[in-house]
Amino acid sequence: MTGMFDSVRETVGPALFDYALSPLVKILVLIFMGVLPLISYLVLAERKILGFMQVRLGPNRVGPWGVLQPIADIAKLLVKEDIIPSTAIRWAYILAPCLVVAPAFVIFAVIPFGPSAAQTGGALDFFITDVNVALLFVVAMATVGVYGIILGGWASNSKFSLLGGLRAAAQMISYEVPQGFSLVIPLLMAGTMSMQGIVQAQFEQGRWFIFQGWGLGLVAFFIYFVAGVAESNRNPFDLPEAESELVAGFHTEYTGMRFALFFLGEYANMIVISAVAVTLFLGGWHAPFATTEWLSFLRLGFLPAGLAGVIWFSIKLSAFLFVYIWFRGTFPRYRFDQLMDLGWKWMIPLVLLTVFGTGLWKILQ
Amino acid sequence: MAEPDNKHHRDTLFDVEEMELAFGPQHPSTHGVLRLNLKVDGERIVDCYPIIGYLHRGTEKLFELHPFFQNVPHTDRMDYVAAATSNQAYVGAVEKLTGITVPPRASYIRTMLCELQRISSHLLWLATHAIDIGAMTPFFYCFREREEVLDLFEEYCGARLTLNCMRPGGLPFDLPVGWTDRCAAFVDKFPSKVEEYEGLLTNNRIWKKRTVGIGVMSKEQALQYGITGPMLRASGVGFDLRKAAPYEAYAELEFDVPVFHNGDTYDRYLVRMEEMRQSARIVRQCLDKLPEGAVMAKKPRVLKAAKEAEAYYAIESPKGEIGFYIVGNGTPNPDRCRVRPPSLYNLQIVPEMAQDHLLADLVAIVGTTDIVLGEVDR
Repeated sequence: MTGMFDSVRETVGPALFDYALSPLVKILVLIFMGVLPLISYLVLAERKILGFMQVRLGPNRVGPWGVLQPIADIAKLLVKEDIIPSTAIRWAYILAPCLVVAPAFVIFAVIPFGPSAAQTGGALDFFITDVNVALLFVVAMATVGVYGIILGGWASNSKFSLLGGLRAAAQMISYEVPQGFSLVIPLLMAGTMSMQGIVQAQFEQGRWFIFQGWGLGLVAFFIYFVAGVAESNRNPFDLPEAESELVAGFHTEYTGMRFALFFLGEYANMIVISAVAVTLFLGGWHAPFATTEWLSFLRLGFLPAGLAGVIWFSIKLSAFLFVYIWFRGTFPRYRFDQLMDLGWKWMIPLVLLTVFGTGLWKILQ
Repeated sequence: MAEPDNKHHRDTLFDVEEMELAFGPQHPSTHGVLRLNLKVDGERIVDCYPIIGYLHRGTEKLFELHPFFQNVPHTDRMDYVAAATSNQAYVGAVEKLTGITVPPRASYIRTMLCELQRISSHLLWLATHAIDIGAMTPFFYCFREREEVLDLFEEYCGARLTLNCMRPGGLPFDLPVGWTDRCAAFVDKFPSKVEEYEGLLTNNRIWKKRTVGIGVMSKEQALQYGITGPMLRASGVGFDLRKAAPYEAYAELEFDVPVFHNGDTYDRYLVRMEEMRQSARIVRQCLDKLPEGAVMAKKPRVLKAAKEAEAYYAIESPKGEIGFYIVGNGTPNPDRCRVRPPSLYNLQIVPEMAQDHLLADLVAIVGTTDIVLGEVDR
């Protein structure tokens, strides 16, 4: 494996390999073999799990246990008529779904799914890039996604879509702030903005950040996750599309693949938010109790180090995604003014206090 | 259509104008074909104007064209989620008009059918109300139990929705073999299922936030608008025709009428939840006390009402007081048949309840009135 990498590196030249070829291949592999299948099967898993919670079967016609359902869905969406309403604002209508999907995918660039090459002694980093301002990049990109929703709601020129877009705007203002602040807490604890750095800091401090600092990590994690659910427009905060109120909210007028892009964006966002939560609060790709000697079997030492990291990352990610689906099966929907109340009156004061507390903890250490 | 003049001015820097929004008839949560013409200021409802009639089929005129016993199927199609109570109200009116006494066994079976129907109607209401407010799972739980009620109906009369299960003078058939056991098994386990729904909703903070204080209707308003049924009982008036003017077997049965006093969406939810338990209790008692005997009274082959004879007969349907006013003209057909559908009366207060609420609340308010458009429009 390593030998193959090295020989390719020799042939094309190290500079070209390190800065163009290797990231490009990794991006292609990540998107087409990682994220896209994950999204399609997340949809299937959601329908199956919801089916289980709701005393019904879920998809079971296409292939055994419905495993081919995502493929059938995609094929159906691809051949659907693509309608652009004659009164829609054309450029914005076309741009909106792209604006939702692209940022969600871009964030995967900075998420470490496994150890770096230096840590394993191999040739492969289990991330696309490790920027030193990764956390800022995540926040910035996550914000762009909401513009797609607002734009889509406005460009459709439909009243229900417009209301959905307005709700998205209100929701964004209320939730970006506490979410941004909640990211400050792991940042303070780790002292770095690099994602890989934060994972390493948790390993070195011997404690996941969710349990670090007088329980402040737990509060920060809770706020991040609640805001994340709101950010990805999932129950109980699925207001912009609230089907019983706004028909389908911002994507009422969208059909076929354009609708599918919104759908894709929502699920990609779920995965991104879970992945960031795993990285910042749950020790990233490290095994649990990675520093406790008698639990060392959890590190899966019999596997290549990188693979074990990816496996642990996936397990933690799946747990988060399950919680998302569980929420959907359990909660009614908030009203949009109640959601803003929650954001401004509870979460922002709480998160400010937590940031203050974490600063105090840092000083006293 | 007279648009009420509702200019709404506020002191702002900008020109503001309300948006007109056609909420329905093709909208996921208008429960059929209700249309609400809204004026909204952002999401706040400034004006709400219901438009009905999309499901008008001229049922009252149809009654005049058929003999008394052929009219029962028309009543199925009015409140199509609670056909048994519509049947009961109609055949009761015909019996009152023609002076037929129903045998006791038929009375008990009718009572059971009506109460099972109340359970199934309330289950459908809860299912859709919960999904309107965004809780998805109760829908499937409710349909699981509703399915069993419908199976019982199917076993009895062959139909699941449009039952046509009563005739003037009694019932078309006696109960099939083993029906009472299966019914008993259902009503015995049903209260534990109600616990299950309540476990998901009653103390759920989000559910309470969405329902407490939403669509408040005072006792006075309720009486003024002629509201009946669970809507009235949630506003503090303990009026229930099963107690106030007992029909069929109700006088011999023990049950409570739940009354709550806040008149909001949450209280209406609580009333209906308790009513489901009480219905199960009533069915259980009917099964225990079920008399033997015929299920059809001796009656003339062709029923004729005397000229100018008239009768009004009302019962407590799952939605409220459903009444039939029938005038005879000496032929086998009624001269005039007028229906008092509870849904129509209950719908009238929706604009008042929705005033100044948000769009999301309107959905909850329409849901909590438990209207069936087939009955509103007839």
